Amino acid sequence: MSVPTGTLHLAAAIDGDGRYQAPYYVELARLAEEGMLDFITLDDTFGPPGPGRGRLDALAALARVAPATGRIGLVPTVTTTHTEPFHVSSAVATLDWVSRGRAGWRVEVSATEAEARLVGRRPAAPAGELWAEAGEVADVVARLWDSWEDDAEIRDTATGRFIDRDKLHYVDFEGAHFSVRGPAIVPRPPQGHPVVAVAATDPVTWQTAARHADVVYLRATSPEEAGRIRDELRRRAVAHGREARALTVLASVAVDLADGEGAPGTGPAVNAPVALTDTPGGPPLYRGGPAGLAELITGWHTADAVDGFHITPVAPRHDLERFVNGTVALLQHRGLFRTFYPGATLRGHLGLSRPASRYALEREAAR
Amino acid sequence: MSRQHQQIHLAAHFPGVNNTTVWTVPPAGPTTTPGRCAPRSPALGSQIDFDSFAHLARTAERGLFDFFFLAEGLRLREHNGRIHDLDVVGRPESITVLNALAAVTERLGLAATVNATFNEPYELARRLASLDHLSGGRAAWNVVTSSDAFTGENFRRGGFLDRADRYTRAAEFVATARELWDSWTPDGTPRPFAHTGRHFTIDGEFGVPRSPQGHPVVIQAGDSDEGREFAASAADIIFTRHGSLEAGRAFYADVKRRLARYGRAPEELKIMPGVTLVLGDTAADAQEKAAEIRLQQVSPQTALLTLEQIWGVDLSGYDPDGPLPDIDPDPDSQLTQGRVRHGDPLAVAAKWRALSEEKGLSIRQTVIEANGRQSFIGTPEAVAAQMAEFVAADAADGFILVPHLTPGGLDDFVDRVVPLLQERGVFRTAYTGTTLRDHLGLPFPGERG
Ligand SMILES: Cc1cc2nc3c(=O)[nH]c(=O)nc-3n(C[C@H](O)[C@H](O)[C@H](O)COP(=O)(O)O)c2cc1C
Repeated sequence: MSVPTGTLHLAAAIDGDGRYQAPYYVELARLAEEGMLDFITLDDTFGPPGPGRGRLDALAALARVAPATGRIGLVPTVTTTHTEPFHVSSAVATLDWVSRGRAGWRVEVSATEAEARLVGRRPAAPAGELWAEAGEVADVVARLWDSWEDDAEIRDTATGRFIDRDKLHYVDFEGAHFSVRGPAIVPRPPQGHPVVAVAATDPVTWQTAARHADVVYLRATSPEEAGRIRDELRRRAVAHGREARALTVLASVAVDLADGEGAPGTGPAVNAPVALTDTPGGPPLYRGGPAGLAELITGWHTADAVDGFHITPVAPRHDLERFVNGTVALLQHRGLFRTFYPGATLRGHLGLSRPASRYALEREAAR
Repeated sequence: MSRQHQQIHLAAHFPGVNNTTVWTVPPAGPTTTPGRCAPRSPALGSQIDFDSFAHLARTAERGLFDFFFLAEGLRLREHNGRIHDLDVVGRPESITVLNALAAVTERLGLAATVNATFNEPYELARRLASLDHLSGGRAAWNVVTSSDAFTGENFRRGGFLDRADRYTRAAEFVATARELWDSWTPDGTPRPFAHTGRHFTIDGEFGVPRSPQGHPVVIQAGDSDEGREFAASAADIIFTRHGSLEAGRAFYADVKRRLARYGRAPEELKIMPGVTLVLGDTAADAQEKAAEIRLQQVSPQTALLTLEQIWGVDLSGYDPDGPLPDIDPDPDSQLTQGRVRHGDPLAVAAKWRALSEEKGLSIRQTVIEANGRQSFIGTPEAVAAQMAEFVAADAADGFILVPHLTPGGLDDFVDRVVPLLQERGVFRTAYTGTTLRDHLGLPFPGERG
């Protein structure tokens, strides 16, 4: 299934194990915003930290970043295994409110026994089961976002009614693992649905990703491999009744720009061989200069293998700075990447429309 | 420090879900101040837009308040089997919005109400410790325990805990959170923890290092005997409804007396009633405004509904401007769901009936008269004097101000009353520390010995 090459999308991780203060996150987010990136991600896990490598709740950190930035999308990892779906829905919707439509969340599971013991509610389960449950969580979360129609708040002076209760809906979700009655307590978020991301770097996630995600990152070391996985994900999305284009597919790349060539324009043109190194456990690694990375991105994008890239800077401050001022600047110079944000919401950056509330549609249809 | 100069602690309650936030018409009074534009009507502001939160929080910080406070409700209320549609409703998730507010304030404490029944210690301790880090030591947790099967329908754990268990779970929850918050060494290494108790059996390593306040400040809201005991054993602040001078003094004495049992000094638990206020240029002006506000808060529809919530029966045939029904309440009624019931309905109804008969009040007038919270109503001078008197008389250590307007409801207080409190020497003229514990004069945990 081939879809014509569209806008290039770029996103960056600002992960910082052992970083506990707000200015670090704000600085990196602003840097990414200067580079007009679609969004930043912040990883999270309940898992044991290791010496000196604790981490803060990712959604909390990006909520702290929201008022300190203006346009960039904010996508924290939020785990679904040991959390309450109702709270997840409220927290992500609130991130959308405080960022005025820039929120997303990366769905992730907790598969280890160590994580299970931190919560003590249930034992660890196989990844397949957890991803099926993650899909249920994504489903009920979206229903809760729809449970207030956009115009449910009426403030009708004559009748004294603040809301029109006909525009509030029970979700009555009954899954294999939990049930939720609804409606949400948070009114429908500005984007309708904040963006759902899944790191589809392991096939165990593919079904959930194809069914529920707006954005997926895949793991591939060549454009051919990436294209094959993208086709497979899109095929599955279509099988779930979605449009192929509903999935924005990004290649996941770890980026080490430590001692590559200088900034573009300052030295001779680089034509170094551009390749990714397979690294077990993590995303494939690019090591080199910013211009070489721009070559790689251009090459994959022109080959129509992916819609863009999700980069994980190996040394966040240094590599993100070189990525923005080197790689992105070059891609902008080539006309491949935006030089300003035309819109203000994350869905807008991704070219995704704002979904209508399913309950509003049902109500309309029933009239 | 002499008793007259006892320092007042102040907090700002964001008017969230309730019938007391006025949204129907612009208020009289402060809007006539030159240079200040009138709030738009009917939308006076929003209970959900971030701008409203930012405005109120910045105002509170401008007024050097100790903290900003958010309440919580986890299920939309129902009445007579349908979603209740008369109240302001819809609110953000507290901890997330407070993290965002940490970006637009520098010193103000940030307090989130979070239920101990529908959360797990590891996750919540982690979220609160994160807020404490991201705000530089300004986090507080108001531990509430209200729980019922109705709210439980939104949660995996479902069901409910009965009354006694709610507090055993809350107490174990707070104790467990403290074990987690204490588990890192001062040099930044996680120490393994293991907790085995009636409600939780967990172990591992906590993911967040010790936060700037060591432990976020713990608040308890609840007036029952178990609630007071829990507060005396575990809380730094108690948020109460007892706001009148006499009731306040009795409550204050009772709660402070309980502290010794836990080896705590009276200053280690601050008592802060929730209060409303109405300022006027003269006493008469303030009273008149207060009466108007009450009428706006208690519409004829709201009056009937309030009565139904106590009586537990459908009273839609009654005239809000007529007398109280002569039928008795149904104490086992499920007519209203998701609202905390205060007191025995039969006793409340008897009290209301007596009040109505004595003063010849209609339904609406009775509700207004009986349901008013403690209010400071008067000129700025009078309000400042009353507040100082309350604190000097040991009826409170401070107040949680509950404005009736969003988001401009504290502007006048900060502009006109705070300077008078400062002149009296009962309120700070600058923040002297950076953390909420500093503002409250609370010991850093671990240094208590
Ligand atoms: C001043 C005050 C504020 C309260 N705010 C909340 C709230 O925001 N959310 C909530 O669920 N319960 C709230 N509660 C209810 C208490 O959590 C509830 O009273 C508790 O479960 C029962 O405590 P008690 O029986 O000790 O009063 C509040 C109670 C008081 C007194």
